[in-house]
Amino acid sequence: MRKELKRFKGFTLKNMPREEFFAPGHRACQGCGTVLPVRLALKALGPDTIAVSATGCIEIISSPFPYTSWRVPWIHVAFENSASVASGIEAALKVLKRKGRFPKRKKVNIVVFAGDGATFDIGLQFLSGALERGHNLIYICLDNEAYMNTGVQRSAATPYGAHTTTSPAGKVIKGQVTWKKNLPAIVAAHNIPYVATANPAFYLDLMNKVKKASLIEGPCYIHVFSVCPTGWGCKPEDVIKVAKLAVETRVFPLYEVIDGKYILNRKVDKPKPVEEYLKLQRRFRHLTPEQIEYIQKRVNEEYEKLVKLCECFPAS
Amino acid sequence: MGKKVAKEVSIAVAEAVAQCNVDVISAYPITPQTHIVEHLSELVANGELDAEFVPVESEHAALSVCIGAAATGARVFTSTASQGLLLMYENLFIASNYRLPIVMVIANRSISGPISIWNDHSDVMTTRDAGWIQLFAENGQEAVDLIYQAYRIAEKCLLPVAVNLDGFTLTHVVEPIEFIDDELLKKYLPPLKMKYKLDPRNPITIGAIGIPEIYTESKKAQDEALKASYPVILRAWREFARLTGRKYNPVETYYMEDAEVALLIMGSLAETAMNAVDYLREKGKRVGLLRFRLWRPFPQREFIKAIGKVKALGVVDRAVSHCSTGGPVGIEVRSALYQSNKRPRVVNFIAGLSGRDVTVEDFVEMFERTYQALKEKPKAAYEIYGVKE
Repeated sequence: MRKELKRFKGFTLKNMPREEFFAPGHRACQGCGTVLPVRLALKALGPDTIAVSATGCIEIISSPFPYTSWRVPWIHVAFENSASVASGIEAALKVLKRKGRFPKRKKVNIVVFAGDGATFDIGLQFLSGALERGHNLIYICLDNEAYMNTGVQRSAATPYGAHTTTSPAGKVIKGQVTWKKNLPAIVAAHNIPYVATANPAFYLDLMNKVKKASLIEGPCYIHVFSVCPTGWGCKPEDVIKVAKLAVETRVFPLYEVIDGKYILNRKVDKPKPVEEYLKLQRRFRHLTPEQIEYIQKRVNEEYEKLVKLCECFPAS
Repeated sequence: MGKKVAKEVSIAVAEAVAQCNVDVISAYPITPQTHIVEHLSELVANGELDAEFVPVESEHAALSVCIGAAATGARVFTSTASQGLLLMYENLFIASNYRLPIVMVIANRSISGPISIWNDHSDVMTTRDAGWIQLFAENGQEAVDLIYQAYRIAEKCLLPVAVNLDGFTLTHVVEPIEFIDDELLKKYLPPLKMKYKLDPRNPITIGAIGIPEIYTESKKAQDEALKASYPVILRAWREFARLTGRKYNPVETYYMEDAEVALLIMGSLAETAMNAVDYLREKGKRVGLLRFRLWRPFPQREFIKAIGKVKALGVVDRAVSHCSTGGPVGIEVRSALYQSNKRPRVVNFIAGLSGRDVTVEDFVEMFERTYQALKEKPKAAYEIYGVKE
């Protein structure tokens, strides 16, 4: 076990911080499943945090000048480069502390909030560079599985079969033709100390993962499942239900990779059929029984692979 | 005053950057910038410079790191050229709008295609509208001095500064350099203190979305800031002259007092052009030379004053603006003249692309062609000079 986590105490309903660092009044859609993890993550991190956002929904809805939802210092630069901007902040604090221009003992969390487009596609190189260089930062990918901010275009995170405006369900081609890129696996291949998947429906688990990442020295990556009622075509009141089903159907397993050791946080021995998850979302309504069957088969395969990894490289 | 030492200009520039006690350096290798950042990383590795060297995976990331670090209150440095500058492109505009005092050396190099590593100004000329303060060095001493000055100017104005050095013809030559004394530099360049920065003790939001109701105002404010940098630059140069005796002006002149025909050029080629002026002066021709050291903010008043009473002006551009009304410098010079009462004939040459030698004879030829313009108006808005038939 990592020394930073030896005395780790998680959040419970009793010790949940009351302070909010992401202010209400932002312009997100009703039921937004992306804002929720931002709020929870900042709660877990506390005020000694500097946040960086990639261009995308979170940046747009939180900062229409002269308003801001950010009660921690926050910077947005461009779409693809938030991992590099965070690297610069980290390098600056390191040297400023050394030179006595910033309080030496003040621990500051540097956290990135970037969407799946900014992480899987346009920003992958920047993320990879920051991870490889070993900066002490937390990168949180808010994966809502398409370019929602520009009007629901497909990304490499869009699941197989999903309808988006650039992977439409047409007469010949029925939605996204490729399987979702396995980004946590790509990140884990950088041999960074901490990789985790999280889901706001399991909010304590999410907050605890963010807290662990803040304690661990070095780059940490948290992949957050972020339901988008607008883009996915589900009811705003069903966002948590959909998020829960993603775990219960094995579509989005919750796990951690700590120093290369795998932990399956929630074993799903009796999975619900994926159809239950799919049918709540308009983006999947055109799927043929064959397509659903393919998804079910592939979901199980991917899950089994993960179970194998957990068996082969177990955390002690 | 220190004594002169022989140094490769890139090494000297790196040492001047180190003297400025930078906090964060981030760069990606590209010819002909490499010697600058190699030397800086060596200084950091040897413990001679207390800084973080962030060896990034691209130029876009290099400037992104600088933006993050500068926004946190660190003194930063980066350097690039050519394709690297183009890869940074979107960040250039963001850095200046966010008012970040970043200093960057551009080892000027042509841009692809065709791919070429040699010197011209086609890289930096694509960034004319990026809102950076732009300086051009003629020789090694000037390159070093511009580094000291760039930090002072950037931090007083809260604007990014690009120092342009001609790739190879300036970056890779050995020249006698006089560094300024560290104690003197301390007086000239006080420590960086930023009022607004990323600090949890005083949270601020940087990079908010500029809705239509405020975007225009944001751009106007930025424009005013760049305009206001002009007197700050002049003051920085006056102060520098007082401390070192080395004088700097936005527009340098050579034999302009009584010139009737002049050439205008930027960068290190000016030294060759001076030889052509000397040669023609010996023959009794009243020729002169102008050089922009400051390109942004555009030195309108100094330029109009500097051209004196010339009847014809040959503008030597080192970049092409395809099928435009001139080369980048030619276009702006004509526009600047139009705002004044002076109307010299303007001849626009595009020369020295991708390191093509421009010799004293070439400059003599350009002077002669500019003389001809007195009799006959040039047929084309610009001419790509010296094309092999």
